[in-house]
Amino acid sequence: MADTMQFDLVSPERSLASMAATAVRLPGAEGDMTAMPDHAPVITTLRPGVVRVESPEGEAEFMVTGGFAEINAAGTSVLAERAMPVSEVTSEILDEIVAENARAREAASGDEHDMLSKVAAELLALGEELGISVKGIG
Amino acid sequence: MPSLKDLKLRIESIKSTRKITKAMQMVAAAKLRRAQEAAEMSRPYAERFNAVLGGLAAAARDAGDAPKLLAGTGSDQVHLLVVMTSERGLCGGFNSSIVRMARARIVELQGAGKSVKILTIGKKGREQLKREYDDLMIDHVDLSGVKRLGYEDARAAAQNILERFEAGEFDVATIFFNRFQSVISQVPTATQIIPASFEAGEGEGEGASGPATVYDYEPDETVILRELLPRGVATQIFSALLENAASEQGARMSAMDNATRNAGEMIDKLTIEFNRSRQAVITNELIEIISGAEAL
Repeated sequence: MADTMQFDLVSPERSLASMAATAVRLPGAEGDMTAMPDHAPVITTLRPGVVRVESPEGEAEFMVTGGFAEINAAGTSVLAERAMPVSEVTSEILDEIVAENARAREAASGDEHDMLSKVAAELLALGEELGISVKGIG
Repeated sequence: MPSLKDLKLRIESIKSTRKITKAMQMVAAAKLRRAQEAAEMSRPYAERFNAVLGGLAAAARDAGDAPKLLAGTGSDQVHLLVVMTSERGLCGGFNSSIVRMARARIVELQGAGKSVKILTIGKKGREQLKREYDDLMIDHVDLSGVKRLGYEDARAAAQNILERFEAGEFDVATIFFNRFQSVISQVPTATQIIPASFEAGEGEGEGASGPATVYDYEPDETVILRELLPRGVATQIFSALLENAASEQGARMSAMDNATRNAGEMIDKLTIEFNRSRQAVITNELIEIISGAEAL
């Protein structure tokens, strides 16, 4: 079994990370999962959360607001709509994302509204996890 | 024959124009580099995205339960043309070539009895199309306030288009933009985004992961597909916007290079004319003085 696999984190605007990793913890839409080398091929969507990468050089954490991940034996690629290192996340950025979500929620209805409400709750949980205060959502 | 003063003013004015075009050329060169970098950085995302989506789409098509965004509405009566142009002029034939292509498509579609709707992104294309097709224009996405193209801009535009699709306003959507080939060559391109087509993506997907890789999907395929297809539209629009931005700067750079060279040639020509007429004036004065002296 290989010790490491390739980990890539790309957003539409740039590639954020490309490194060797021993394990990657992903905030999957249906629960957190950890991908290790030689994982069975899976494609999963992501909820807002933190991607934790363990590599021989140490740990790295990235915040993602959604997107999906492709896992296969050779590596893990995360395609995130919006992603940044956790150290760069500020409460302004989170507030902005939450406000955006609220606006989208107002316009949406039915299933989509429910989905966005779920996302909003996850955003709040994400703020708590990071220890960053987020303005409440109406 | 213009007077000496007129010529001098003319030369001065062309000189300042040359300074402006020269500056614009250099600014365009700097912006082009940035735009190219942005386009390059977005490529990994788009490629992977299309590879995954292509695989999913092929599977869903085989299963026969593909969502509307993929399979289409079953008709191709109403076409939406999304025409992407620049917000500013002075970039040679950049905007005209896109508009010409869009216009040809409109004529072709209308000839076939289809109805056409136009959505413009970028001011210049709207101005050019408005003259003929004002009644077909349904909306305009204004990017004039955007300094640096972000994915958010593309997503907003995609959202707009998707809402219209959901509302049944059109059946087929095609985007028109300039694909960046080099500084001197930009290729007007039309790509169909709804229903989605992934010809290139599928090939890549199979090549990259091999046909043996069978993915598990979590949640199941249809849910993922439903979530990813709208993003696919945004991704395609985003890469088209970036290509367009790079093309625009490339076109502007070569247009301004031409203008600078033309200004230089004109200055040379006018300077010769100026020197000649100055010499003529001097000769004239001399003749007057000499003939005056002789008459004494």
